[in-house]
Amino acid sequence: MKYTRTSIVIAYALALAAIFPGMTAVGLAQQNPVAGEVQVFHVRGNIYMLTGAGGNITLQTGKNGVLLVDSGLAAMSDKVVAAIRTVSKEPIRFIVNTHVHADHTGGNENIAKLGTTITDVNAFSDIAGPSEVPGAKIIAHEAVLDRMTAGGNGQPPAPSGAWPATTYVTKRKDLFINNEAVILFHEPAAHTDGDSVVFFRRSDVISSGDLFTPDTYPFIDLPRGGNIQGILDALNHIIELAVPDEREEGGTYIIPGHGRVCDEADVVEYQTMLTIIRDRIQDLVKKGMTLEQVKAAKPTFDYDAHYGSTSGFWTTEKFVEAVYQNLTKK
Amino acid sequence: MRRVLLVLLIAGGIPMSLLAEVDFSGYWHSPMQEDGPERGGGPLSGEYVGIPLNDAARLRADSWNASLLTVPERQCIPHPADYGPSFSNLQMWKETDPATQAVIAWHTHISWMAPERTIWMDGRPHPPDYAPHTWQGFSTGKWEKNILTVTTTHLKAGWIRRNGVPRSDRATVTEHFMRDGDVLTWVTIVYDPENLTEPMIRSRDFTLDPYGVMGAYPCESVEEVVRAEGVVPHYLPGTNPFLTEYATKYGLPQEAARGGAVTMYPEYRTKLKALMSSSTVPK
Repeated sequence: MKYTRTSIVIAYALALAAIFPGMTAVGLAQQNPVAGEVQVFHVRGNIYMLTGAGGNITLQTGKNGVLLVDSGLAAMSDKVVAAIRTVSKEPIRFIVNTHVHADHTGGNENIAKLGTTITDVNAFSDIAGPSEVPGAKIIAHEAVLDRMTAGGNGQPPAPSGAWPATTYVTKRKDLFINNEAVILFHEPAAHTDGDSVVFFRRSDVISSGDLFTPDTYPFIDLPRGGNIQGILDALNHIIELAVPDEREEGGTYIIPGHGRVCDEADVVEYQTMLTIIRDRIQDLVKKGMTLEQVKAAKPTFDYDAHYGSTSGFWTTEKFVEAVYQNLTKK
Repeated sequence: MRRVLLVLLIAGGIPMSLLAEVDFSGYWHSPMQEDGPERGGGPLSGEYVGIPLNDAARLRADSWNASLLTVPERQCIPHPADYGPSFSNLQMWKETDPATQAVIAWHTHISWMAPERTIWMDGRPHPPDYAPHTWQGFSTGKWEKNILTVTTTHLKAGWIRRNGVPRSDRATVTEHFMRDGDVLTWVTIVYDPENLTEPMIRSRDFTLDPYGVMGAYPCESVEEVVRAEGVVPHYLPGTNPFLTEYATKYGLPQEAARGGAVTMYPEYRTKLKALMSSSTVPK
């Protein structure tokens, strides 16, 4: 038998793989989080990501105090505050909600009441000291307030202490906090009807909320105004805002609603997946297929191993149903 | 003699005194003679032979449209760590602790699109799951006798072959760097539970070029095709007209072109002969 150099090398590699099986990811030393704990990841400058509290939380800190994008689950508030205090001793001043869901707003009341808001001296100086009143300011799109006060879809109204008292109804809301522009963009009819993308312009970091979840199909909350096209529009907007560094990576960082810190290329990958699935289902709808026929055609088959789920509240089947309903709605 | 040496090495029979850290520093020329058609002009659509891809990966690849590469956000993407060795020349250098002279890291720079990698040799752990992923991933290395073995995680979603065969961002890669005189052999093993049924193994050889100079490779996206925002070029299932091109060009049965783990092994030649003699071979 004649051996080529390549065949010897490959045999060698196979032998090494057998001799050193520990050199796969299984045997790696890795700094992975402990379940039930909140982890802090330094993204850039004065921006951090807190993970493990439900949805991801973005933390910005500086002379104006701590700004949070989302507040995690209510039950995790103590751990969230402890995590905040590992990077900042400044007062908690602002909580921006990307949308209404409890894994992003559940900590509003618990965390906001630990903070303060600087306000008009004449009105409040005798309450909590000069220019300061108890409670951090909670900010969100108007639809978030509407949903929280009304409850519905099996949920009771949120406690009033969790409500965003500062809302906006325009396309965007501009803030200037901790020496940088913080811009809230409303992304209509997307994950819900009250989604905000938060752009930290100087830090070049975007908090996307659940419009972008790199490891799962997007949750399209139909009862709360969600729509596949709105999610795609929002992803295209994030891609428009983001600018990569050399070799198409880094540059603008995107903190997703759940999952790891990402950049534009990761959003492009997700947008590509979602556009292809939308196009496939649209094509099947045009052919007159029923929902059951669309499901049987498995339009997500090649992406399910990464994004899909057969259990939990948001399965692949529910995702396909939601897209179908969006695309067939008259 | 080389075979005997390799067998001894595999068996762990080389005395430790003969083994040491190998110096890979220098400019390495990529002769491009291995898998030439894939590496030069590139593979054809639907050419999956020799890849242990699963059905999901095959559907992804069937849906792939080369025009995707014209999307501005994709024009300057370098080949990821596991595919980069297939292309162009290579520069390697080491970074040492100035006090102890211990090697902290090895670095690689590949000519095409200028991707650079750092292979940490100082025992640091890999980042947590929620850290960013990059095209080149996070790599740590260790010496196994005189072979540098590298483990890479935190890769961005990439490709097994540049005709749309996907590689997920959950894949891990093991590499072996081996130097034999002026020849460098770089073996890459990709483990991807989402797209592969077995590890994908490739080897690439390089020759040392003492006169080699690495050139710059700047890249700037341009609008190659005017299209509406958000349009993603792809083929709907069953509509890609190019999937039979490869089999037709080389007179192979389409079944072989569709790839899968079975097409990696020598035993497949027997099946291929049978298929070739049947009427399934495109004329």
